Amino acid sequence: MEGLKDTILQYVTKEYLEDDSEPIDFETPLISGGIVDSFSMVSLKRFLENKYNIQIPDDKATPEAFDSVTKIASLVEDFVGKKG
Amino acid sequence: MAYPDKIRNAYQEQLKGIQNAGLFKQERFIHSPQAADIEVEFPTGAPLKKVINMCSNNYLGLSSHPDVVKAAHEGLESRGYGMSSVRFICGTQDIHRELERRMTEFLGTEDTLLFPSCMDANAGVFEAVLTKDDVMISDRLVHASLIDGIRLCSAMHDTYKHSDMAHLEEKLQLHADKRLKMVITDGVFSMDGDTAKLDEMVALCEKYDALLLVDDSHSSGFIGKTGRGTHEKCGVMGKIDIITTTFGKALGGASGGCVSGRRELVEMCRQRARPYLFSNTIAPVVVSGVLKVMEILSASTERRDKLEKNAAYWRKGLTEAGFVLREGDTPIIPVMLFNAKLSQDFSKALYDEGIYAIGFFFPVVPQGQARIRTQISAGHEIGHLDRALDAFIKVGKKFNILGKTKQEIIQMYGM
Repeated sequence: MEGLKDTILQYVTKEYLEDDSEPIDFETPLISGGIVDSFSMVSLKRFLENKYNIQIPDDKATPEAFDSVTKIASLVEDFVGKKG
Repeated sequence: MAYPDKIRNAYQEQLKGIQNAGLFKQERFIHSPQAADIEVEFPTGAPLKKVINMCSNNYLGLSSHPDVVKAAHEGLESRGYGMSSVRFICGTQDIHRELERRMTEFLGTEDTLLFPSCMDANAGVFEAVLTKDDVMISDRLVHASLIDGIRLCSAMHDTYKHSDMAHLEEKLQLHADKRLKMVITDGVFSMDGDTAKLDEMVALCEKYDALLLVDDSHSSGFIGKTGRGTHEKCGVMGKIDIITTTFGKALGGASGGCVSGRRELVEMCRQRARPYLFSNTIAPVVVSGVLKVMEILSASTERRDKLEKNAAYWRKGLTEAGFVLREGDTPIIPVMLFNAKLSQDFSKALYDEGIYAIGFFFPVVPQGQARIRTQISAGHEIGHLDRALDAFIKVGKKFNILGKTKQEIIQMYGM
């Protein structure tokens, strides 16, 4: 789980934060905190699907489910588990 | 009928919230034609004040040009006032098609379709040419009208960091499996005045088989050696698949817009773009005015050359005075103040000095990036710019920000 969270944190930092942005942690609210807008969630979803070879249906990829690194990791784990 | 007090009160609370957040927009009434010198009533009921306009999109100074006004009068006489029909029923005149031909020639594209506004062009173009199997990849700072058009389209949407070509390339690779990829950008970004890297974007789009759409509303008529737009400036004429632009800024400033580009894509808009299909097009009187504008621009580059000189003069003056500016070489020159209240107070103090320039702050620009956006016009004479500069320096001294860095201004006033 920690490795997965680190990977997601790294991606979110690189993808959404500017050089002078405050750093984020596993619990930082991403969507409700205005760091990731709902438009830009698409790239995160696609990144996870490609990286972990899973399909996250649109009805599961909600702003709530994507609102922190911990929540995203937990969602990914569900699907990785199902696949196995 | 069904507007009970409960609902009225709820809206009143909402409006109060906007006011309390300092985000309430108020119109200022101008009692003269649009020009460098205008007469303004502000606040409402106050006596008229003569001020220099430093914040209009009247880049070429053609909004009240006598030849344009005369052509509009003639158009009104010869083609009437309204069409009372959408284009494809009985709302197309010869002059509508003539303007489309003129724009195609001017922009160096294959065909053009008029829209009631560029907002409508951007609202209609994506759903007309893309499907759910496609992806739209847009710069994170594109204009609100593009964002609305994107929202109306069923294709997937992704973004890349502002003008970050490496990030754009990553996105083109990420979405390689899509039927069609469309990259979307402003030509000149309206809040910062910087120009998209269209030469690099064209190369990337060619490499990854993507279409490129550019909204050139803040460029058409004056950017590039002969004013064709950012594609001329970047040396990629003929390589932009879709250009959307407006007649509401440099090109006469009245209203209207267009989609110009590859023949089939424009034709898809004619068949499917809803703002074209379900709304009257540009009124004949405006079309007649824009045709005159295009004639003026085709005859000489004098106005865009003057604009370029004016903009360079203004930028140099502000830089030497010690203001923090956004870098760029367009007539949009933002004076950075960072703090929202400071931008409002600064604007008010400028107005007292006879200069009309508005403060922009969140959510129009990102938090902590408040500014006065100045916009230069070919309608300005050097005398206007000198008077405006004197006022900026006087107000800059009053707020003690001249020669101060971004960090120092933030220290004094906060973000």
